[in-house]
Amino acid sequence: MADTLKLVKKISRLANGKKNLRLMEVCGTHTVAIFRSGIRQILPENVELVSGPGCPVCVTNDDYIDKAIAYAQQKNFIVATFGDMLKVPGSRSNLATISAQGADVRIVYSPLDCIALAKENLRKRIIFLAVGFETTAPTQAATVLAARAQGIKNLFMLSAQKLVPPALKMLLDDAAVKVDGFLLPGHVAVVIGANAFNFLAEEFKIPGAIAGFEADEILTALASLLEQIDGGRAEISNDYRAVVKAEGNIAAQKILAQVYEVADVQWRGMGKIPASGLKMRDEFADFDIERVEPIEIESPIKKTVCRCGEVLRGIINPTACPLFGKACKPLHAIGPCMVSVEGVCAAWFKYGGANFKF
Amino acid sequence: MSRKVLMAHGAGGKLSAQLLHEIILPAFDNEILHELHDGAKIGKLAMTTDSYVVRPIFFRGGNIGKLSICGTVNDLAVTGAVPKYISVGVILEEGFDFDALKKIVGSMAIAADEAGVKIVTGDTKVVGRGQADGIFINTAGVGELIDGVDISAKKICAGMKILISGTIGDHATAILAGRHGLELPENIQSDCAPLNKMIQEMLAVEPKIAMLRDATRGGVAAVLNEIAQAANIGILIDEEKIPVREEVRGVCDILGFDVLELANEGKIIAVVPADSSEKILSVMRKNIYGQNAAQIGEVVKSSAGKVGLKTPLGAIRIVDMPAGELVPRIC
Repeated sequence: MADTLKLVKKISRLANGKKNLRLMEVCGTHTVAIFRSGIRQILPENVELVSGPGCPVCVTNDDYIDKAIAYAQQKNFIVATFGDMLKVPGSRSNLATISAQGADVRIVYSPLDCIALAKENLRKRIIFLAVGFETTAPTQAATVLAARAQGIKNLFMLSAQKLVPPALKMLLDDAAVKVDGFLLPGHVAVVIGANAFNFLAEEFKIPGAIAGFEADEILTALASLLEQIDGGRAEISNDYRAVVKAEGNIAAQKILAQVYEVADVQWRGMGKIPASGLKMRDEFADFDIERVEPIEIESPIKKTVCRCGEVLRGIINPTACPLFGKACKPLHAIGPCMVSVEGVCAAWFKYGGANFKF
Repeated sequence: MSRKVLMAHGAGGKLSAQLLHEIILPAFDNEILHELHDGAKIGKLAMTTDSYVVRPIFFRGGNIGKLSICGTVNDLAVTGAVPKYISVGVILEEGFDFDALKKIVGSMAIAADEAGVKIVTGDTKVVGRGQADGIFINTAGVGELIDGVDISAKKICAGMKILISGTIGDHATAILAGRHGLELPENIQSDCAPLNKMIQEMLAVEPKIAMLRDATRGGVAAVLNEIAQAANIGILIDEEKIPVREEVRGVCDILGFDVLELANEGKIIAVVPADSSEKILSVMRKNIYGQNAAQIGEVVKSSAGKVGLKTPLGAIRIVDMPAGELVPRIC
């Protein structure tokens, strides 16, 4: 802890006398870790932490949920998903509600659990809701490979995986987004490698620091961001060296590339981003439910008041949304950022709303 | 479309409370029920009931039978009573294994024996295949309130200390491991245990203990929030003083759970007068179920109705009431 206090002092010293600095934590796991450890409460006033688009549930488009619901409502389908997705609002309903009405929706902790589910339910079609970033995508690819190797014919993916670097690029291309540095997600970097973030410094002259998820690891990365800002430098500092390599996890990258190819995909609140997601290669089309059995959904109902789109891009804080804490709460979320425990709005709400003080 | 019951309505968090206040209490409300403690006080008697639907039925450190006795015994004990008599209602699904049933009933007998309670009446029903999940158990219990003891939110005042009887999150972690085939070290098992003897020892050295709660569904977070709201006081706890096994912390990190929100089946929270805190702790630590007991915080005047947590960084953050379903069918 002595080291931690040193880090806090170092951050204060480096921030002293500077303009208001906006540092974006890209990843929802960081958002929660920051709230849990109370980092916001001990940072100098001119260092503002802004949350970014790194919660997979939050950036999943509502028509994706509508589709998942449409499949789950058909006979002989089981929809398997991470627990977070249950309450994500589609444009008309959510999976928790249709589960209560009789649809077969199962919570799994790993896509690999679906292999057993498929074997136990040979007469049913199992659809795994494959959402997430580079962290979870390799396991999903491994599941597809395992299913093929074992000759499993009743397991399918409804894919909406996303890639972090293209989203950051899009943020920086947006004039409304003002960020002085990025706290980069350690677990994404484990897979794609530290080098994958070099463009931030090289193209955009924005400092980045790759961080682990313990309080002192986050503080170390924040200190290295401030050091760069103080010295007028922009580079990608790997502050999670024990696990993140410059080139990443080549084996995981290979599995990913075997099953998936890069595609333009839709992000909730951010629109379509070029080359920012994954779709299954044609060789694996028989595991892609949208190609095996396409489903028609009514066009999504558009909601306009929710400001999740601006929250996800770090343009506003959740409290600036007129719905936050009033119409939109974790129990009856309107926007996706209020749903996942790693969602920006949910984290703000859980840890005290606008007032984090006890 | 009409509203339906969701799994989260049974998770002990905000939705459970909503169900209680919207549907249950308006229908039955009376001054005894209104206390909303784990057990009801009726004259010199305490009474409670609980249903058990845990999945899997057998888990590391216990099974649904042991749980059904310990849970009800503990609910009586935290009301300030000596548990005496238990009723058992069993709902069996057609096709349930006889040997499994024998094992479950055997565990119930052992747990009842340890707790010093008699199972005095019961009922068995069988439903068709698919109409229940193996076995569900309901138990009710009656106990004798201990003279001179008054467990009530009204007795809580600023300066009192918050004690916990040991490591938290063990039960939920064991259940999760059982359900998902997670490999865990041997020492991680459900903490399911009858705590009545330890509680009686605590009350013997300090009858003025203001509040006792077993931290089941919703975990320590839910119980502390309920206490803070019921007593209209603030509670400040210190993260570094809360006993958590390393392995449990690891599982929480992997699955994204907050250990404060995980269910326990053998842990109590006590709100006690400051000057007898050490005395009570030493009694707890001498009991096999309280070896890791610790003082984790205190009652404060400010921030009425709220729970704050001092983190290792020295910052204080809010501990909210858990909102929904962390782990369904945990008990």
